[in-house]
Amino acid sequence: MGGDGTLDRLKRKGRIVVVGASLAGLRAAETLRDKGFAGSLTLVGDEPYEPYDRPPLSKGVLLGKASADRTALPRLRNVDAKWRLGVAATGLDMGARRVRLADGDEVPYDRLLIATGVRARPWPHEGEGALDGVIVLRTRDDSAALSRMLAAGPRRVLVIGAGFTGSEIASACRERGHHVTVAERAAAPLVGALGGVVGAVAAELQREHGVDLRTGVMVTALDGDAAGRVRSAQLSDGSSVRADVVIVSLGATRNTEWLYGSGLGAGPRGIACDAGCRAFDIRGIVTDDIYAAGDVARCPHPLFGYQFLTLEHWGNAVAQAEIAAHNMLSESVDRVPHMEVPSFWSSQFGINIKSVGVPSMGTEILITQGSLESRRFVGVYGYQGRVIGAVGFDSARWLPFYQEQIEAAAPFPPEFSTVDRRTDGQRPVDADFPDPSVPTHGPTVTLSGYAPDDRRMTFVPAH
Amino acid sequence: MTLSLLHQILDYSNRSNPYPLYEELRKTPVYREDGGPYVVSTYYEIRSLFHDPRISSDTRNRTGSAADPLGGDSHEEAALPPSFLKLDPPEHDRLRRMTNRPFGPPHSPHRVDGMRPELREIITGLIDGISDPSRFDLVEEVSYPFPVTVICRLLGVPREDEARFHVWADTLAASLDPDPDADSADRGKVANEARMQLGMYLAGLIEERRKNPGDDMLSQLATAKGEDGPMTTMELLSTAALLLIAGHETTVNLITNGMLTLLRHPDVLKRLRREPGLAVPLVEELLRYEPPVQLVPQRTTLAEIEIRGVTIPKGSPVWLVLAAGNRDPQRFKDPDRFDPDRPDVQHLGLGSGIHSCFGAPLARLETQFALSELARRLEKPRLIEDPPPYRQNAVLRGPRQLHIACDGIRP
Repeated sequence: MGGDGTLDRLKRKGRIVVVGASLAGLRAAETLRDKGFAGSLTLVGDEPYEPYDRPPLSKGVLLGKASADRTALPRLRNVDAKWRLGVAATGLDMGARRVRLADGDEVPYDRLLIATGVRARPWPHEGEGALDGVIVLRTRDDSAALSRMLAAGPRRVLVIGAGFTGSEIASACRERGHHVTVAERAAAPLVGALGGVVGAVAAELQREHGVDLRTGVMVTALDGDAAGRVRSAQLSDGSSVRADVVIVSLGATRNTEWLYGSGLGAGPRGIACDAGCRAFDIRGIVTDDIYAAGDVARCPHPLFGYQFLTLEHWGNAVAQAEIAAHNMLSESVDRVPHMEVPSFWSSQFGINIKSVGVPSMGTEILITQGSLESRRFVGVYGYQGRVIGAVGFDSARWLPFYQEQIEAAAPFPPEFSTVDRRTDGQRPVDADFPDPSVPTHGPTVTLSGYAPDDRRMTFVPAH
Repeated sequence: MTLSLLHQILDYSNRSNPYPLYEELRKTPVYREDGGPYVVSTYYEIRSLFHDPRISSDTRNRTGSAADPLGGDSHEEAALPPSFLKLDPPEHDRLRRMTNRPFGPPHSPHRVDGMRPELREIITGLIDGISDPSRFDLVEEVSYPFPVTVICRLLGVPREDEARFHVWADTLAASLDPDPDADSADRGKVANEARMQLGMYLAGLIEERRKNPGDDMLSQLATAKGEDGPMTTMELLSTAALLLIAGHETTVNLITNGMLTLLRHPDVLKRLRREPGLAVPLVEELLRYEPPVQLVPQRTTLAEIEIRGVTIPKGSPVWLVLAAGNRDPQRFKDPDRFDPDRPDVQHLGLGSGIHSCFGAPLARLETQFALSELARRLEKPRLIEDPPPYRQNAVLRGPRQLHIACDGIRP
């Protein structure tokens, strides 16, 4: 481009299309207007609703403290956009610069931002998944439906998968007084994201709060009654669980199928892009008019060996949206990279859990503050002699320090003393992550290798 | 002989405007004078140290006898165990969690918000009662009695005892405000006497509340049945004394500094009269521009810490100069301008990390109420004296008196 006026024309009367009308899409649109984009702006979303916030859907909404239809995202400014809600994008013509929509329309663009996010991975057996009482939780509609099911007073709720979402749901159900069984393939909840040492604490928490937690088992089948209502689940250990609500919480699938065949570097692991959120095409050449942000984007991260990283984190969606919007409207020398350290929070069983960095890259863990036994601690993860991640249970206020340690590639194990160092904090132990070749149900950070056209990942459902 | 920079900051003659000295201080982000504390004055370094677990709030971790230009911990609670302000986890966490139970979310989300009608009634009464609008001292008539009355009501001090309570509180407040001319031994004796009487009074009140609990904080702390069990009587006394002193010593300065700043910025004062909602961002900017706690002097390193190229040895006292960090041009554009419309005002005025101000929601609400009501009701207010006389204290900095003249009081 350079100073030939192209950028100026784009800003004045260009056409920008944002596919995906959730957190990343909305914040990108707001940033574009903030940066002076005066052209036409179109937001395409497959759900019929204006952008809403998802974290409350597995927390406050299930507890009846918030209503699923009252979680609209606050608007930071007027975006003056054409909204195409309730219509999914179905195809992309990179040559003609057009997005095809489910209703047959085609929307032309000069710049495209893809923020289509993820959807909940459905129960792999379609007939069983269609039973009344079987549900996933990702959208506002899911949350409203689940709230109605819980309000009907089920005798037992079964949660399949003890990642963050599954654990939060189990926590909310216990708080409402329902009987809850959680079935998890790994040895403990949260192991994919935080490893077995911390997972063991999560397991104790669940059991103390009255969850019937079954680990090391898979659900092999769901049975229905004559009326098509779910009645029970068969487990791989030969036992069965009677349940009238079954929540399938097996992680997420990236919404990239609509891009297959378009020539864009998009696959089951997301859309490969550079550190400035520009998408790669399938040849590994970076495009200059297509950007990706949020859960669907996989970007190389300098702090983590430049591996492509996919992050299902709220803060990441906001940060990438702002960076993509900025870069779209900037000359190449003014573009900025996405370098934020990943961070994530959850609340369950009365505990606030927060992590920074990429704990799942860690091989060892050291409890630097507090103790596992007290459920109030900071755990620091080490990888090849440096600090790579940290997690806090009810200790969020200390994590900015550990974030700085990660940014500085500080040595692991840390040698300094801290306040509240206990016997747990004397030496590092194996962080106990499962074999990475075995897919887990809910990691929120996925390290996905180096190749932009990497499509090898397959998820083998439990059967 | 010229005074060293630290002594100039502590010197009373610079109390009305220490900000040029802070600017000087920021040129050396980690500053140290012979044998003194390590003084940190830049925004990002202060924020970073607030979250650093290698820093302790328990001064018992200090090694050696580093000279303390503040003269050490002479005052406060000497007879009582340390309050959570001066403790580290896990004791800090336990006591703060227990104290928070009857005060804030998740267990008491409505406590502070529920005080709105009472705050309005108290501030209205105080402004109604201004003796002579043509010349009055805001500190005496509004900024002091307002938070003091509020903290009494919150703790559950019976109204008929409030007057006695104020006398002890006044004496203790004065002891925190050393007057170089007064006989310090004599004053110390008076303060100790007040502290003992206050302690005995509180102990009696706690006993009474254990038998007949009300819905005040003291009753709830005395009868707590949470996961942590009840506090011991000594812990309860320390905590009550902490809340009481913090409730007296900080909000009064925030309100007085606020009115002083508004009178120096008449356009903003005029705007606040028209749009009371401005009080919310205005108080945040005030916490940046004139924070009531200028510096945090009681942190100690538990390990060697390297920051901005300086290695602070283990066991050293560290001062975090919030008021200097709040005007760091690397963080805030045009930092010496008072601008309630500032878009990104993440000030250090209430601290950060695990010791961030416990009473913040109440202090904010009180100051918002006080300033918007003063702006609305005082007719053509003006300063009689600028700068006003300041209190001796360099840490809890604020005017001793603020004489204002106005044409009348609106209903």
